Amino acid sequence: MKRVQFSSPLLPYLFLAPQLAVIVIFFYWPSVRAIQSSFYLEDPFGFGSTFVGLDNYIGTLLNPEYLAIARFTAIFTALVTFFSLALGLLLAVKADAVIRGNATYKTLLISVYAIAPPVAGLIGMMFFDQHIGPFVKIAAFFGWEMKVGLSYFDTAFAMIVVAVWKQIPYNFIFFLSGLQGLPASVREAAAIDCRSSVKRFWTVIFPLLAPTAFFLLIINVTYALFDTFGVIDVMVKDKAANNPITLVYKVYMDGFRGNDIGGSSAQSVILMIVVFVLTVLQFRFIERRIHYT
Amino acid sequence: MATIEIDKVSKIYHGGVPAVSEVDIQIDDGEFIVLVGPSGCGKSTLLRMVAGLETISSGTVKISGRVVNDVEPADRDIAMVFQNYALYPHMSVRENLAYGLKNRRTPKNEIEARVAEAARMLELGPYLDRKPRALSGGQRQRVAMGRAIVRHPSAFLFDEPLSNLDAKLRVSMRGEIKRLQRRVGTTSLYVTHDQLEAMTLADRLVVLNGGRIEQIGRPLDVYHAPASTFVASFIGSPAMNLVQGELHGSRLAIGPALIDLGQAVPTQGAVTVGFRAEDLQVATGGAAAHADTLPLSVDYVEELGSQRLVHGTVGDQAVTVALSSDAPLSGEMQVAVPLGRLHFFDAGTGRRLAWSTAETHRTTTTANLLETAR
Amino acid sequence: MHRTRILDHAVLILGALFLTLPVVVAFMTSSHEAAAIHSKGLMLSPGGHFVDTYEKVLTRQGGFTGQVTGARMMMNSFILGVGFALGKIVLSMLAAYAIVYFRFRFATLAFWVIFTTLLLPLEVRIMPSYEVMSGLGLINTYTGLIVPLLASATGTFYFRQFFKSVPEELLEAARIDGAGPFKFFIDVLVPLSKTMIAAIFIIMFVYGWNQYLWPMLMTTDERFFTLMRGIKQILQVWIGSQIPDYNEAFALAVLAMLPPVLVVVVFQSWFIKGLTESDK
Repeated sequence: MKRVQFSSPLLPYLFLAPQLAVIVIFFYWPSVRAIQSSFYLEDPFGFGSTFVGLDNYIGTLLNPEYLAIARFTAIFTALVTFFSLALGLLLAVKADAVIRGNATYKTLLISVYAIAPPVAGLIGMMFFDQHIGPFVKIAAFFGWEMKVGLSYFDTAFAMIVVAVWKQIPYNFIFFLSGLQGLPASVREAAAIDCRSSVKRFWTVIFPLLAPTAFFLLIINVTYALFDTFGVIDVMVKDKAANNPITLVYKVYMDGFRGNDIGGSSAQSVILMIVVFVLTVLQFRFIERRIHYT
Repeated sequence: MATIEIDKVSKIYHGGVPAVSEVDIQIDDGEFIVLVGPSGCGKSTLLRMVAGLETISSGTVKISGRVVNDVEPADRDIAMVFQNYALYPHMSVRENLAYGLKNRRTPKNEIEARVAEAARMLELGPYLDRKPRALSGGQRQRVAMGRAIVRHPSAFLFDEPLSNLDAKLRVSMRGEIKRLQRRVGTTSLYVTHDQLEAMTLADRLVVLNGGRIEQIGRPLDVYHAPASTFVASFIGSPAMNLVQGELHGSRLAIGPALIDLGQAVPTQGAVTVGFRAEDLQVATGGAAAHADTLPLSVDYVEELGSQRLVHGTVGDQAVTVALSSDAPLSGEMQVAVPLGRLHFFDAGTGRRLAWSTAETHRTTTTANLLETAR
Repeated sequence: MHRTRILDHAVLILGALFLTLPVVVAFMTSSHEAAAIHSKGLMLSPGGHFVDTYEKVLTRQGGFTGQVTGARMMMNSFILGVGFALGKIVLSMLAAYAIVYFRFRFATLAFWVIFTTLLLPLEVRIMPSYEVMSGLGLINTYTGLIVPLLASATGTFYFRQFFKSVPEELLEAARIDGAGPFKFFIDVLVPLSKTMIAAIFIIMFVYGWNQYLWPMLMTTDERFFTLMRGIKQILQVWIGSQIPDYNEAFALAVLAMLPPVLVVVVFQSWFIKGLTESDK
């Protein structure tokens, strides 16, 4: 913190009060409720609830459907993270290399950052539409009869494409500013020491980008896990039965459609633990990075 | 105008060693005091305690006779110039100068008059409506000075104000600060790590080391009679040569050389001997003929234009000699040590020995040396 | 050297096409008639029905109760985006100011209470949040739409990082100049944060505008529907229709993405600065 600070008996609390009030009412209260109700079985007709201990957790974790969704979520997350990072990095490296048209490329490449996941999902739906979708036609040309919304695999494919499409600009922005933040002298030294530009990239530039890449890795995992909700909701069009969904969507389905409050809460808590681990990783990493610089 | 009395002031950070311990300084009205020392010596902490930006762990600070330990910085009637100037980047030069006065509810025409006065003094007139980022380093420095001057404070506090300037500008700003301070006659406390800046600016120097005062005195007194090996090596460039010697009766042994001091001295045995590079001369006549010369094996020579610095060793101890640029050079040289300009320090504590040639830069006879000894 | 440069451009052009073409196509297609789209597929050139499609989408009374128009939804999205961004800036600036610039007893506790919210995205605690909101009677209100979204630390984190990077000497100089906590905040810190505030406003506006799940749960009254909610609506009508209103769906999508995309493109330098410099 600062060497010199104000000391006042009341002011800091006054300044913190609005933020804390909002957080306590809309964050801590619901979170505690979620943890609480994960240990109860709620009567679907509203006649009270019974304490069932860890039953909701056991039921959830033993449910083959839940496990299948968890597996899909893992694969989905891995693929979305990998492709959006790889493509973002590729484009950033190229945009950093060219001089002519630099600003135009940059503008074009970041422009879709601001598109909401459900809008991305809607546009994706059109491109994978049975009647008018160009991607379906292209796939048909290669003998792949694509049935997004009906075929599990095809829907998953379309969902991943859309989710990656929406996330590339974000990674592009961070990688590009990471690249442009590298000291010119380091690049010049590398250019003198190593002839092959590819090798130079992997031995000098990429290691220096590693902090950015790690930060983005966590962000992208979080994105794939949670922020893709809109994409998925639009693309499966409420027909979740034979379509791929992720764990977050399952929480929502069970809570609002299935009225299984206890089970949904238990799933929430499981996800909380996942996010918790991710965030601890991120915090530890940020701390380490502060030591570097 | 004001006096500043710093009385047994200490600063101890959370459970750590004292950053400043029991410092006493009495500053007279209108005096220019420079706190000088290496980084981490506590000089900035001391200044910040006087400013009120740092709490005082123990002791008292009085400004014009008033104890200010618990007085807000704004109410101490001081002005401060920061190393990075701390100009408000979103305000124009005029607004920067006026901000402190405005907060004091100074009448508007009074503010205008003072800003105009400071701008004239510092030649900032043409820049009054510019933002700090549109100014050069030297101009920003002047705005920072102006912000202090418009306040008509009872004391100026300077925290390494010239460190961010390049060497040439630093010299000219140094002169300007001195000139301004003379003109407005405001009591000033100035922190720097640059001994040259300290020497040239100060009415009196305070040399700090490890949170303690090593020596307080007028620049030349400190230069000619450093109170410790630390001061000896810190003040003056090149640094004073400090070598280990051995006193036997009236003789001083430095490595292979034996110097006759002419008279017995009160201390016997191991001692640290100091002599300035510029006080050494090439011994004329046949080498080894003189008893009072040091054999110097030359390592390398630095040409400074006006003089040359010869770096070498006597025995296994490093010694630097400053010679005129036409002095003859050879690999092995004999250098003569003027007896009157030897400084003797306790080999253990590094403190100047009481009988050492304190004031002898005026007279260089050994008789005088014995006089002091008694 | 020369060949790689051409390759670089090729990759960039492909990437730019992949990213932007869908948006262009969505826009172009929205200006054609549904039947034409149904028979010919997606369009790359403008059609002649731009005005009437958009007029219809913006002004037609839609929904089950006929109380909502596209214009109304757009206004609601706007209220959500701006309200959220402003609320976020005010709350988080004050909180960050307290945390960075004051010495007080529960500073560490307050820091952790706020920053723990980074741990749990809204999606995870959506059920109980909904219950709390209905318990408070905030369903179908702008308050219910905006305020709960403010319960996160992102903005506070941004401002905290920024305040920490402000040179300490400025506060010291201001204190010597006689500025107290309020004066320093208003005279020095807020003007200094102008760029940062703008950047956060953009990021938060986009975030608020793009909210999907929360408005979906919080609004059953169509007068409070946002554009995102409208997309859900259009898809529900879609199921079972012979020739879906592709053009209207596209028009709605265009309306939903235009404001945030424009804001990001126009203010891209601020936006990138805000996003990357604070490292989230």
